[in-house]
Amino acid sequence: MSAKQKQFISQNGIWGVLIVLVVLVTILTGGKFIKIANIETLFTNESIKGIMAFGVMFAILSKGIDLNPGSMAALVAVIGASMCTMNETTASIIKNGGKPMPAIVAIVICLAIGCISGGIFGSIIAYTKMPAFIATLGAQLMCRAASKIITTAPVSNLSDGFRFLGKAKLGPIPMIVVVFIIMYIVSAILLTQTRWGKAVFAVGGNDQAARVAGINVEKTLILVYVWCSFCAALGGVLLAGRTGSADPSTYGLNYELDAIAAATVGGTSHTGGVCRITGVLAGILILGVVNNGLVMLGVNDNYTNIIKGLIIIVSVALDMRKNTKKV
Amino acid sequence: MSEYVVEMIDIVKEFPGVRALKGVQLKLRPGKVHTLMGENGAGKSTLMKCLIGIHPATSGRIIVDGKEVHYKNVIEAMADGISMIHQELSPVPERSVAENLWLGREPKRGFLVDHKKMIAESKKLFEKLGLELDPTEKMGNLTVAQMQMVEIAKAVSYDSKVVIMDEPTSSLTEGEVAHLFKIIAELKAKNVAIVYISHKMDEIFQISDDITVFRDGEYVGTDLAENLTVDKLIQMMVGRSVEAMFPKVDCPIGEVIMKVEGLCSGRQVKNVSFELRKGEILGFAGLVGAGRTETFETIFGMRPKTGGHVYMNGKELSCKSPEDAIKNKIGMLTEDRRGNGIIGLLSIKDNTCIASLPEYGFPLNHKKMEEDTRFYIDMMRTKTPSTNTPIKNLSGGNQQKVLVGRWLKTNPDVLIVDEPTRGIDVGAKSEIHAILTKLAGEGKAIVMISSELPEVMGMSDRIVCMYEGEVTGIVDRADFNSERIMALAHGEK
Repeated sequence: MSAKQKQFISQNGIWGVLIVLVVLVTILTGGKFIKIANIETLFTNESIKGIMAFGVMFAILSKGIDLNPGSMAALVAVIGASMCTMNETTASIIKNGGKPMPAIVAIVICLAIGCISGGIFGSIIAYTKMPAFIATLGAQLMCRAASKIITTAPVSNLSDGFRFLGKAKLGPIPMIVVVFIIMYIVSAILLTQTRWGKAVFAVGGNDQAARVAGINVEKTLILVYVWCSFCAALGGVLLAGRTGSADPSTYGLNYELDAIAAATVGGTSHTGGVCRITGVLAGILILGVVNNGLVMLGVNDNYTNIIKGLIIIVSVALDMRKNTKKV
Repeated sequence: MSEYVVEMIDIVKEFPGVRALKGVQLKLRPGKVHTLMGENGAGKSTLMKCLIGIHPATSGRIIVDGKEVHYKNVIEAMADGISMIHQELSPVPERSVAENLWLGREPKRGFLVDHKKMIAESKKLFEKLGLELDPTEKMGNLTVAQMQMVEIAKAVSYDSKVVIMDEPTSSLTEGEVAHLFKIIAELKAKNVAIVYISHKMDEIFQISDDITVFRDGEYVGTDLAENLTVDKLIQMMVGRSVEAMFPKVDCPIGEVIMKVEGLCSGRQVKNVSFELRKGEILGFAGLVGAGRTETFETIFGMRPKTGGHVYMNGKELSCKSPEDAIKNKIGMLTEDRRGNGIIGLLSIKDNTCIASLPEYGFPLNHKKMEEDTRFYIDMMRTKTPSTNTPIKNLSGGNQQKVLVGRWLKTNPDVLIVDEPTRGIDVGAKSEIHAILTKLAGEGKAIVMISSELPEVMGMSDRIVCMYEGEVTGIVDRADFNSERIMALAHGEK
């Protein structure tokens, strides 16, 4: 086997794993898995975590991590829902005269909250050189708590405008999946076609060398966390839109773990500097197939998590082997 | 009993896609220093890794003390008395010297580590070798030279009969090198065979008994050191004679482009002043720690300036970061290639273009990046399978060529090169020298920091000597004289 073929397999082998999984699950479910309706459910279910994975992927690439997306999504969902609820008692939480705010304004505010808080803890990570794990762990606690402070009870009955992205359909395709696809394309462009994308690779690979090569390491890192939180906030908007309500204590709970898992299974290296967006997409789909397939097979949730855990550990073990063997 | 302590015969080592060793041999005599020479990537380190079991050989025989052996790991090799002191030392910096020395085989009392005995044993060992080291000192506080001494002590403590030293002097000062050689002499007296890997000719002739040369994974020949000369060795290594190691061409020297006045940075740089002209190669000589690197790190925005002025083209310059410096058309090839030079996992292409990203716009012009990378690969004669190969897969010399290409791509008016040829082979070295000369000919100003006296004297138009953060003298090419420069570098004005 030539070196090129080997490289092709090591970079795209993950798609082979996905195909094997799909075939396996299809056989086990007697063909029910591959039905259009189920595929639609699968994509709809995975879109939000997938979008978060597109954000987290940049953080991992820069040799950091973001533990905040789930809580950030909850915070944004609660704020967005409070602004757009048709229910007058809950509308008083955020005072807009008891009337729902125009959806577009609310969504922009939600996304801005994501960007600003990403900027804040991104700056903390970049300038204090604090491990991203710690900074985003703190952010996770604070965002979850803040959403519970804003409202203790779930907010429901949201305006249709606010629910558009989460609930509407574009032809046969759910809007939420359309947003996912757009975010995939945007992430791919950011990663491979922009200076910032190259800079993230360089900072993750060797931040000292990146600095000497004239890259503004701090600015690069701050933008990583701005992007990451933007993705999480968008996830929150979609989450609230999809369900038509927002619950501060359960929304987005542990979503960051699935997003990190998807990016990791997709070959994003936690030692920094390695990431392929097609791999991350495959990672998202693999976890999606496992989630969806095992539910269809009636497997207990706990066993599903054991299998997911195994997938993460095995994929990283293979990845480590691949990366150390080249030395 | 054979007269050799180690015999390696017909060793072949294959890595996926590469044949690193193509049937080479090596025979070590007890009590002798056997030097391995060859360009980077010739297979010297690989052969040693085959011997000690880091990379077991694909085929071939290894005979130690008349018995054929197949070590599968370093522990087995050490048990047979073969130790290697690696090029990149890997101490545990937060623990004490003694703990590093006895790591994994600490003297014990019952279940517990016997610290007293450990320290006493360390002291005994250091005394035997004439080392002045405190076993309780934190490893991270030692200099590179001292860490190396600890590694050697470790090898001795294993009762090694073969000690392999992979470029032990690459970051040592002259005094430290002398001390190392004294220890080598003591090891020889104890009948230890030493394998010495180095690129430094003067050292090699000073200490070698036997010399073996490799080229591109092949065995070229072995001879007694006394039968060889520098020219002959170079010819054996590159397969052709290198016309001139230092292809210095006198080029017209233009106006002053950079002027530095009273530059200070903490305790490392004290009141440094000099002028740099277009078309000039300005050498910086001095001992390790003389403040040469720190001076230019300050100018390049990598460390804070605490005083003084830097003028470029008559305008005052204050670079807060390398980003500013690059915008002002300054480039700096740093000393620590692995630490802050290469970005190992990224491709040759990304490593070449990373300092000139603004040039490629949005969306990034990948085609132009590819073309530019090809241009510099051809210009520098970099050996690489493709532009997408991760740079860490290249040999040191080729990595350095990629980095030189990176800085040429930014088209600087002032290019600072810090130890540009450290640890790279003779062929790549003379190519880098030729490029620097060519740049000077194009009117660029070049600063060359080098600890190799022949290099700095061979290449420079003027030499600035530094000692403990201060400039001790500036010597013109006409007055170059190694004793005078060494004296200035040692602080004797």
